[in-house]
Amino acid sequence: MKTDFLEPYARVVGLAEMAALEQLAHPLAGARVLHVNSTKEGGGVAEILHKLVPFQRALGLDASWEVVEGDPVFYQCTKGFHNAIQGNVVPVLEAHLQAYLETNERNAVRLRDALREADFVFIHDPQPAAMLCHVPDRQGKWIWRCHVDASRPYRPVWRFLQDIVKDYDASVFSLPEFAQSLPHPQFLVPPSIDPTSDKNRELSSAEVSGVFERFCLDPEIPLVLQVSRFDRFKDPVGVIEACQIARKLTPLQLVLAGGGADDDPEGEAVLREVHAAGTGDPGVHVLLLPSDAHTTINALQRASTVVLQKSLREGFGLTVTEAMWKGKPVVGGDAGGIRLQVVNHHTGFLVRTPEGAALRLRYLLHNTEERERMGRTAQDFVRASFLLPRLVTDHLSIMLRLRRGDGDRIELPARNGRHGAQ
Amino acid sequence: MTPRNGNHGLPAPFQVRDCSLVSQATGLRARTLGELRSSLRTIPLSSIYHHFWGRLLRAQFSEPEFNNDFASWAQHALHDRVVAEKLGAVNPGSLSDFEGVRSELLEILEARLEETEFVPWAQGDQQFHFILSQIIVFDTGYRLDDPAALAASIGVLPPGSIYYHFIDSRRRTPHGEDDFSLWLRSFGEPWAAAAQAIRGVDPYFSSLAELRANLTTTLQEHAREVEA
Repeated sequence: MKTDFLEPYARVVGLAEMAALEQLAHPLAGARVLHVNSTKEGGGVAEILHKLVPFQRALGLDASWEVVEGDPVFYQCTKGFHNAIQGNVVPVLEAHLQAYLETNERNAVRLRDALREADFVFIHDPQPAAMLCHVPDRQGKWIWRCHVDASRPYRPVWRFLQDIVKDYDASVFSLPEFAQSLPHPQFLVPPSIDPTSDKNRELSSAEVSGVFERFCLDPEIPLVLQVSRFDRFKDPVGVIEACQIARKLTPLQLVLAGGGADDDPEGEAVLREVHAAGTGDPGVHVLLLPSDAHTTINALQRASTVVLQKSLREGFGLTVTEAMWKGKPVVGGDAGGIRLQVVNHHTGFLVRTPEGAALRLRYLLHNTEERERMGRTAQDFVRASFLLPRLVTDHLSIMLRLRRGDGDRIELPARNGRHGAQ
Repeated sequence: MTPRNGNHGLPAPFQVRDCSLVSQATGLRARTLGELRSSLRTIPLSSIYHHFWGRLLRAQFSEPEFNNDFASWAQHALHDRVVAEKLGAVNPGSLSDFEGVRSELLEILEARLEETEFVPWAQGDQQFHFILSQIIVFDTGYRLDDPAALAASIGVLPPGSIYYHFIDSRRRTPHGEDDFSLWLRSFGEPWAAAAQAIRGVDPYFSSLAELRANLTTTLQEHAREVEA
C-alpha cells in the first residue's frame, strides 16, 4: 500500500475507514482495472479519474487510464449524446453516428491489448461506449459508468446508446432515478468530492479572508453565496430576488460566482438578465471566474455565512456537497439530488420560491447556534457519505460483486488474525 | 453457540468483521400507495430489508423521524401523514422474518387504500424507487480476546463493523440477536448485565456513528462495574 498517497485521506475519514478499504481491496490485489474516458483534463470525470486511479493503485490494484482520441465531428456527436441523455432534443445525423462508431473502432484497435486483457474495464460516459463491440475476445468484466442525469433521456438517442450498452456486464448510475431499462445489473454510486483537492482542502484564515478585499466585499456583513453556471435551471435571478427580499430586514451581501459563458449562447443571455436584476444594487456581486479558480471558490465557500443553491432542476448538485463539507448549511431548491443532501432543519432548508429562500436565509442569519449546528451536521453527513474514499469503496464492492456472483451475501475469506484493539 | 477456545476453555476471540453494501436499482418505482402495494407484493425481500436497514450504510441522511424509506416517502412525497406514521411504526425486530415485514406493510397499505377517498400522487421526480442491496462481508483481521478488549475498541470500529455485528447479525443468528451481546454472554455471569444492556440498545433513529457511541458508552460503563 502506498501510505503517502492514502495518508491525507486517513486524516479526513479516519484510520479505521482506511483499514477497511485496504481489507476490501485485498482480494482484488493485482487486478487489472482499466478506465477509459474522453479527456485527461477538464470536466468532472477527468477530475475524478485523476484521483481514483492513483487511489486504486495505492490499494494494490493494477489500475490505469486511457483516453479515446477523436476528431471534431466525433466530439460534436458525443456532445449531442451528452445533451440528449439529459433530456435535450438533439437531431441525430447519420454522418455523426458514423463518425462515432468509426472513432470507437479505431480506438478499440489502438487499445486492443489493454482492453482485451483487463480484468475490469470501466467505460465512462457514452464517448468510448461502442469500443465494446470491437473487442469480442474480451476477458474481463465491462462496466458502463454513466455520470450524467439520465432520468429523462431523449429517446431516439437513448435507443441508439441502449443498443450498445446492453451488452455490458453492468452499468453504474449516480441515482436510482437515472437507471434505465437494461438487461444487466445497474449499480448505484452517488458522486463524491475529493477533500484533498484545491476546491475542498483546508485553507488558511488569510486565504479565506482574502476574498473580501479581492472582490470588494464587506467583512462585517454576512456573505451569502451561490456558485453555479449562469443557467436558468440554477435560477440566479430568483437568488437575487430572494436576497433582496431578505435584505429588507436582515443585512447580507450576495455573491453569485460562476464560469464564463463563451460557448453557451443561452448562458450569455442569462448573464445579461442577472446583471439587469442586480444593477444598482451594491449588495449583489456577480463574479465571472475562470474554470480553474478552484481555490477562489473554496475560499468564497468558506467565507460564506450561508450557501444557496436554488436550482429548479439539478442532477446531484456537487456545489451543495462542497458547501456542506465546509460546514455551511445550504438553502437549496427542492429538486433532484439536492433533496438527498439538504434535509430541513438538519443540514439546511429546501425551498421552492424566492420568498421561501428569503425566509430561510433570514432564519439562518438570525440563529447563529442553529446555523452552526446544521453546518456541523452537514459536514458529518458529507464525511460519511460523499467523500472520495466512499467512491473507492463502491468501486471495489462492484468489482467483488461481479467477480463473486449475485447472491444476497458475499463472504470474503478470513485473514490471519491480529489480537487487540485497532 | 459461541465456539470455545480449545486451549483454555475460554470463549473464542471475537472476530471483528466489516462489510459494505452494493446497491442496485430494480427498475421498479411507485407514484401512489397502490403502486407501492403492487410492487411490495413481489419485490425480493432483500429490497424490503434494504429500505429498512440498508439506509444506515448508504449515502443517505439518517432521518430521525422515520425508521424506513416507505414511511419517509409517504410523508415527504405523498404528504400522507397517517400512513407514514403507521408505516414508521413497523418494527422488524418484533416480526419473525422479513416476509412478516412484507405482510405487515401490505396490511397497512390495504387498510389505508380502503379508508381513503383521495389517492395522493407523488410528483414525477419524487417517485419511490425500489433498490436492493447485497452485502459484502470481509474480515478486518482483528481479534478481541475478552470483553475488556471489546469495550476498549468498539468506539473505533468502522461503521461497517457496527452494521455487520449489530444490525446484520439479527438476520444471521437464530433468535435475531446481535453478535456483541451473544459473545458477551459466553463469558458468564460477570458480563450478563452488559450483554443485556447491549441487547437493549435501540438501533432505530440513529446513524451508525451515533449507534457506535451509544454502544461504547453502554459497554464501558459495564466494564467499569465488572472491574470494580
